[in-house]
Amino acid sequence: MTTAIRVKGFSHFFGSAQTLKGIDLDVLKNEILGVIGPAGSGKSTFLGALNRMNDLIRKSRTEGVIEIEGKNIYDPDVNVAELRRKLGMVFATPVPLPRSIFENVVFGTRLSGSRDRARLAEIVEDCLQRTSLWEEVKDRLDTSALKLSGGQQQRLCIARVLALRPDFILLDEPCSGLDPISTAKIEDSLRLLKRDYTIILVTNNTKQAARVADRTAFFLSGELIEVGPTDKIFTAPDDRRTDDYLRGRFG
Amino acid sequence: MRLNPKVEQGLVKAALQVMTAVTVFILIFIIVFILRKGIPVLDLSFLTRNPVDMGRGGGIFSTIIGTLVLTFVAVLIAAPFGVGTAIFLTEYTWENRVTRIIRFGADCLAGIPSIIFGLFGFILFVMKLGFGWSVLSGGLTLAFMILPTIIRTSEEAIKSVPATYRQVSFSLGSTRWQMVTRVVLPAALPGIVTGIILSIGRSIGETAAVIFTAGSALHLPTSIFSSSRTMAVHFYILAREGISMSNAYGTAAILVISVLIINLLTYYLMEKFIRKYS
Amino acid sequence: MNKLERDERLVRLALLAVSFSAVSVLTVITAFIFTEGVPIMFKYGFKSFLAGMNWYPSEKSFGLLPMIAGSLMVTLGALVIGVPLGLSCAVFLTEFSSKRLRRTIKPAIELLAGIPSVVYGFMGVVLLVPFIRRTFGGPGFSVLAGSIILGIMILPTIISITIDSLLAVPPAYREGSIALGATRWQTTKMVLFPAARSGIVASIILGIGRAVGETMAVIMVAGNAVAVPGSLLSPVRTLTSNIALEMGYASGEHRQALFATGVILFVIIMVLNTIANMTSSRKKV
Repeated sequence: MTTAIRVKGFSHFFGSAQTLKGIDLDVLKNEILGVIGPAGSGKSTFLGALNRMNDLIRKSRTEGVIEIEGKNIYDPDVNVAELRRKLGMVFATPVPLPRSIFENVVFGTRLSGSRDRARLAEIVEDCLQRTSLWEEVKDRLDTSALKLSGGQQQRLCIARVLALRPDFILLDEPCSGLDPISTAKIEDSLRLLKRDYTIILVTNNTKQAARVADRTAFFLSGELIEVGPTDKIFTAPDDRRTDDYLRGRFG
Repeated sequence: MRLNPKVEQGLVKAALQVMTAVTVFILIFIIVFILRKGIPVLDLSFLTRNPVDMGRGGGIFSTIIGTLVLTFVAVLIAAPFGVGTAIFLTEYTWENRVTRIIRFGADCLAGIPSIIFGLFGFILFVMKLGFGWSVLSGGLTLAFMILPTIIRTSEEAIKSVPATYRQVSFSLGSTRWQMVTRVVLPAALPGIVTGIILSIGRSIGETAAVIFTAGSALHLPTSIFSSSRTMAVHFYILAREGISMSNAYGTAAILVISVLIINLLTYYLMEKFIRKYS
Repeated sequence: MNKLERDERLVRLALLAVSFSAVSVLTVITAFIFTEGVPIMFKYGFKSFLAGMNWYPSEKSFGLLPMIAGSLMVTLGALVIGVPLGLSCAVFLTEFSSKRLRRTIKPAIELLAGIPSVVYGFMGVVLLVPFIRRTFGGPGFSVLAGSIILGIMILPTIISITIDSLLAVPPAYREGSIALGATRWQTTKMVLFPAARSGIVASIILGIGRAVGETMAVIMVAGNAVAVPGSLLSPVRTLTSNIALEMGYASGEHRQALFATGVILFVIIMVLNTIANMTSSRKKV
């Protein structure tokens, strides 16, 4: 398997507080990488560092390198907006924009100027199919997205990201507020999506990582403690702290 | 004299009720009085004919047009600057000395009495810049007067757009300006429009600033350099010169009705806006 | 820096320029008023300007004292009427009435605020002035008439801001006081008023500002005689009326003198606004 993202000695600071400490991590192409760890361990910050969403926060500062396709994404001549289209992000709470379902899905596509209604309709159908939402909403694409249930809204958010034709999908605890059925649907979608995308899934539900992720990384207090095949992490981790966390001794 | 607290409260409550009733009574009285005396004067010809014989006869059509044109010019000028300032303060900068200066400027401007605006508009637009008594001079002066209101209400409207919307927009690869124009402004629009409607209400009733800048010509304005009389100015002249009491009442009725409509509109819009986000 | 960053920076700069519009306008207004009005104050002497009793523009006599006294008396009168009524109304609506009543009456009061000042003035001329003339004598156009009309006009300001200040007091204060056995009125008197004091004071100061700056309504009911008013029933001219009445035909030094009146007015308003800002920002918790 090839390396899609190479993180080398990466640290992140909010003002004087250090939130990520010298992370060295490779993300492999077309894998689902699970990221687990207790609250405050830096999982979300790590995700935000990959698509440079952290840049939007005041007093955000980084050291080290993150390479995608051989280029450091923190290079000054990198177009951040393009980067974020390549690494689509799904947040913990579904945030449908106050628009129709159709307009939600194509929001990102429209940003780069696409306007051909036929093409957009194709994209909408394709992305909603991939998130198993098409059958449920195909008759009401022009109704407000705010009327969907929580689980449907989150699948809509994933479809919205897919419409950008990204290379990566970053998910930050996407199922945290959802019922088991919606969660299962999303996990199924992810398994299918990894054929075409590289997926990084931050979750505080270790069982979800066990179900879905190919490899799992364990973060603690801003450090990457250990990363490896999910089976190994869950049955025979190298580090004592990983074992403690998975057994519920803390976090 | 030491009263039993309960007795004291009873007396106080009664007194307060009376005071409140007086206040509300005054309001209702003013509106009812003007409408009762003014509405009978309002017929189609009053609204569609121009004043005749200095306002003794005819209608108030040219003043209605004058009011509309003047208000339109004022909003056209003030809205971009006001909304732009609000966007800058909320989306493009943190709180620092620059923002404090900007806010101080807007707050001070809000407190200046209309006669001073009239003086200023007269000296700058009418005289020094040579626009004369005109829709342009009046519109510019009014624009300066309503600018602080538009800034304040737009800022509040923009601030109440959820932060998550901005986050989502950025994460989908938008520039900041795209986020502002495609997400924030559409969501904040009801609030912004409310502020503009409030400003329109203020402009309609404004007299001191308008009379010294737009003049009081009775003909229909033909260009932005024409002088024009607004309803408020017309009403003032009718009443003060004793030209026609019945026409004065009619004009007053229109003014009061406009204020009622505007207040109802803003109230309705605000309710809709609040309901959207809760 | 790449193209994206450059474009973003340009937009930001453009918006920054736009944002300085309000400040620029304020600066320009201040500059103009002062450049037109200050020179004549120095020419005729500051003291004679402010304390002179005679305003005869045709004879180059520019004493503003009658108008300063006029503004003062009428504003004070407005406060005497507006503050008790306004505070009572605000207290009643927040502490002694149902939320529904407040939700109906507060918008109605904001409606009062929207009525043009010329309409208030007109009501004064048509109803109040004859009433005063019949009941108390004198011309009717008087300090009393001006005070009553202005008092009514500043009610919405005082009521709205006082309601907001009272509502901003943490509920814990109310609950704590009632739990100790105090009645609502005792709570209001001893706990809420001190807590909301800065807001209430700010509302009054803003009310003063509004009264001092009001022009049209006062012109219509106050009589506009250039003389220090001897009683409540005497006609009076305020600083604002002075400007509005004579601006139409003034020229040369007369006009400059009116601008000087504007300067005095401007300074008074700015001082009031600054005090209001300071009292409301020095919030006591």
